[in-house]
Amino acid sequence: MPDLLLELFSEEIPARMQAGAARDLERLVTGALTDRGFLFEGIKAVAGPRRLTLAVTGLPAKQGDVREELKGPRTDAPQAALDGFLKKTGLTRDQLKVEKTAKGDVYMALIERAGRETPQVLAEILPELLPKLPWPKSMRWRPSDPVRWVRPLHSIIATFDGEVVPFSFAGIQSGNTTMGHRFLSKGPLTVRRFDDYEAALKKAHVQLDAEERKAVIAEGVKTAAFVHQLEMIPDEGLLNEVAGLAEWPVILVGTIENQFMDVPAEILQTSMRTHQKYFSLRDLNTGKMANRFALVANMIAEDGGKEIIAGNERVLRARLFDAKFFWDEDRKTKLADRVDALKGIVFHAKLGTQFERVERIAKLAGEVAGKIGADPKKSERAARLAKADLTTGVVGEFPELQGVMGRYYALHDKEDAEIADAIRDHYKPVGPSDAVPAGKIAMAVALADKLDALTGFFAAGEKPTGSGDPFALRRAALGVIRIVVENKLCLPLAVSDDLLVFFAERLKVALKEKGVRHDLIDAIFALGRENDLVRLVARVEALQAFLKTEDGTNLLAGYKRAANILKAEEKQDAKTYTSEVQDGLLAVPAEKNLYTALAKAKAGISPALDAEDFSAAMRQMASLRGPVDAFFDDVKVNDENPKLRENRLNLLASLRAALHQVADFSRVEG
Amino acid sequence: MAGKLTFQDLILTLQNFWASKGCLILQPYDNEMGAGTFHPATTLRALGPRPWNAAFVQPSRRPSDGRYGENPNRLQHYYQYQVILKPAPANVQEMYLESLKAIGLDPALHDIRFVEDDWESPTLGAAGLGWEVWCDGMEITQFTYFQQVGGIECDPVCAEITYGLERLAMYVQNIEFVYDLAFNDQFRYGEVFHQNEQEFSAFNFERADTEILFQHFKDAEKQCQALLAGEKALPLPAYDQCIKASHAFNLLQARGVISVTERAAYIGRVRALAQACCEAWLKTDMGAYKPRFA
Repeated sequence: MPDLLLELFSEEIPARMQAGAARDLERLVTGALTDRGFLFEGIKAVAGPRRLTLAVTGLPAKQGDVREELKGPRTDAPQAALDGFLKKTGLTRDQLKVEKTAKGDVYMALIERAGRETPQVLAEILPELLPKLPWPKSMRWRPSDPVRWVRPLHSIIATFDGEVVPFSFAGIQSGNTTMGHRFLSKGPLTVRRFDDYEAALKKAHVQLDAEERKAVIAEGVKTAAFVHQLEMIPDEGLLNEVAGLAEWPVILVGTIENQFMDVPAEILQTSMRTHQKYFSLRDLNTGKMANRFALVANMIAEDGGKEIIAGNERVLRARLFDAKFFWDEDRKTKLADRVDALKGIVFHAKLGTQFERVERIAKLAGEVAGKIGADPKKSERAARLAKADLTTGVVGEFPELQGVMGRYYALHDKEDAEIADAIRDHYKPVGPSDAVPAGKIAMAVALADKLDALTGFFAAGEKPTGSGDPFALRRAALGVIRIVVENKLCLPLAVSDDLLVFFAERLKVALKEKGVRHDLIDAIFALGRENDLVRLVARVEALQAFLKTEDGTNLLAGYKRAANILKAEEKQDAKTYTSEVQDGLLAVPAEKNLYTALAKAKAGISPALDAEDFSAAMRQMASLRGPVDAFFDDVKVNDENPKLRENRLNLLASLRAALHQVADFSRVEG
Repeated sequence: MAGKLTFQDLILTLQNFWASKGCLILQPYDNEMGAGTFHPATTLRALGPRPWNAAFVQPSRRPSDGRYGENPNRLQHYYQYQVILKPAPANVQEMYLESLKAIGLDPALHDIRFVEDDWESPTLGAAGLGWEVWCDGMEITQFTYFQQVGGIECDPVCAEITYGLERLAMYVQNIEFVYDLAFNDQFRYGEVFHQNEQEFSAFNFERADTEILFQHFKDAEKQCQALLAGEKALPLPAYDQCIKASHAFNLLQARGVISVTERAAYIGRVRALAQACCEAWLKTDMGAYKPRFA
């Protein structure tokens, strides 16, 4: 079956927008085709620096016949409405049917259209959907024409079954020619279908598919590095970006001058990555950063790339000269002597300067350290130095190196190694895939850092909203949760109620990913705002395990029944039943049994909870299952004798209270 | 590298090149300004329907970038070469690449790339989309399609090409320290400008009288507003005052007497002047299209 080829050839498309544009084009075309009754075998869009290409395979030569029913105005609607409908459908009054609906009689039009030739339909839909492509940022370039594209558009290929589909967009008439590589190809290329198009472009030094370009780059860097017994330091983000900057990636390897090699590897790497988009290389065996870098050019130069390498090395030298200058200058001032300068950096208008923040964190880190078994003095010291690198030249230039540089400067100042590590690691975890800090001191500072931000912003009324979290408080809370839970730290969160609720919400999200039910977290949390996260998690897990057993399911059913009865009766009587059950009033064996079992279970649950043996507490509850079931089988709660009735309601209330020691079962779903 | 143009040859080559493409070759504007974009031949002429093709060197003053002549490539006074083409020709990228060839950067030997870099000037209320052009990993040109100037939509859209001349010359001459550039066959750049950098850095950071500067700012703002008020607005002289206010603000910034919060307010005041000038310009003969001048 025939194919559609579409190419939009423009000036350089920003690398970061290419993949999204390909996806959007694919989506728009798929939608437009299916809307018009087309079925096709395959669709694929690819993007590169100067072109966006789409191929649809197995597209029928003719559109399927369309048969649709359109609902029109009510029969008693004004004539104008009817006229409009007739115009829209192209029918006459007597071709309409009348149908009875809930809203009265309405006109219905049955529209039957024989399918049209595909090129005809394409010529109609393509110019309609192109303006809908949602570029993150687009521009006008044609005089008195509001049409927008990401950069000026130069030509359009649209062919179906090898023949041009004629339409015009942005003043451009579609055709069957394009251009190859900007410098490695001359003159227009004429094409018919995707296959020869792809081949012609490859010959003209254009690699269409970003995935292929990425593969070429990854493989090319690997090979080029291997010659020097080196390998690429993986960098997926950079790979994606450079694949969007070259139509024909050519890998070249340059050298970093030795005078820069005692600058920390992170600085070299960051400078090369952010400013120059170079890949850093490391020794295959030792993993040590190498004095070479890989660059991805978009050119096969006549001299084999000598000038290009020399030029890039020169630019890099100037960049690293700057970086080295900062690194040398920074070390002339001790980190400890930089703390004062934090007075000049505003953290947040309502929360004071970084200096004030560091003072708070230091105090808090000392307290936290005491509770989690870290050295309080060292933790305070680490906290006090933790933000000092914000005043350094290197961090000014490369903000992403905060912490990392602090560690280097601390080591240079002969600070304790654990303190230095804590300075680096206190920002951790920076994302879901990042590890939590390993050292105890780092944990104390990391916790203090995040807790201070959370309490501060909450107190200042800067809580995250549904749409925004400008201070990354969700991430901070999740960081606290992960540090505490993953290290099983006993650290009750002494925070305000609303912040504790915020933590519970974050915990739900975190545990949900691990398959823990959110309603169970609510059930435990509702008991008394449990502020010990490790204990909270243990209780939730024990509860979840219990509810998976048959005893658990049945007991939950029994609980619900009891709770429902109580709810109804308490409402009717306008009172709550909390009185002691009176032994003498227990008339039926089943209620006596429940009473005894309850007393026993209660006696067992409390010590189990005190010992934080939540499984034992669950076992105690399980023992109630039989008596509860029997109670509901044999006992009528609403006895005619009001005294018996009241006593039974008190018994159920006592059951409810016993179970609520473990969890608020009313919040458990199902 | 073929030829190794001196600094002045580089300028002359660009002048000849763009003259051959039909550009008016203008001279630098006689007002201190931060970039060639402030030249009325760019800011004002970018607006309105009249075609406009011009090229010129513009000395650019960035008081805060002064380094007392000690930094290898940072200067508080440097030269931009600016080309403004309205409407933007369809082959403007090719024209630009040709200009690189003219100054000895052969695309067959180098890796020339257009890397996304949109431009925005909060003080001019101007914005555009474009690229920084890389040659072997070095940024040598800013290339922008103007979308808005003075808060007014540009129609037709013009292309602005800005070459950083010292940087480009350093690349062409294979020089790492700007003061070593050959200005011509006899003079180094340093012989011409090193003392200027030293003295002006001291002026920008230490000696400029801030009270006078604050007064300059206020005076310029007042004069600008007065020139635009009433029946007979004079947008060209008014715009001069806007440029003066902007430069006074830049000096005050370098003197470190403007706080972060005040900064936004000052930028807003300059922008208001620029916008008012642009709006008034559109009501003039040259700003609007009047056939009798066509």
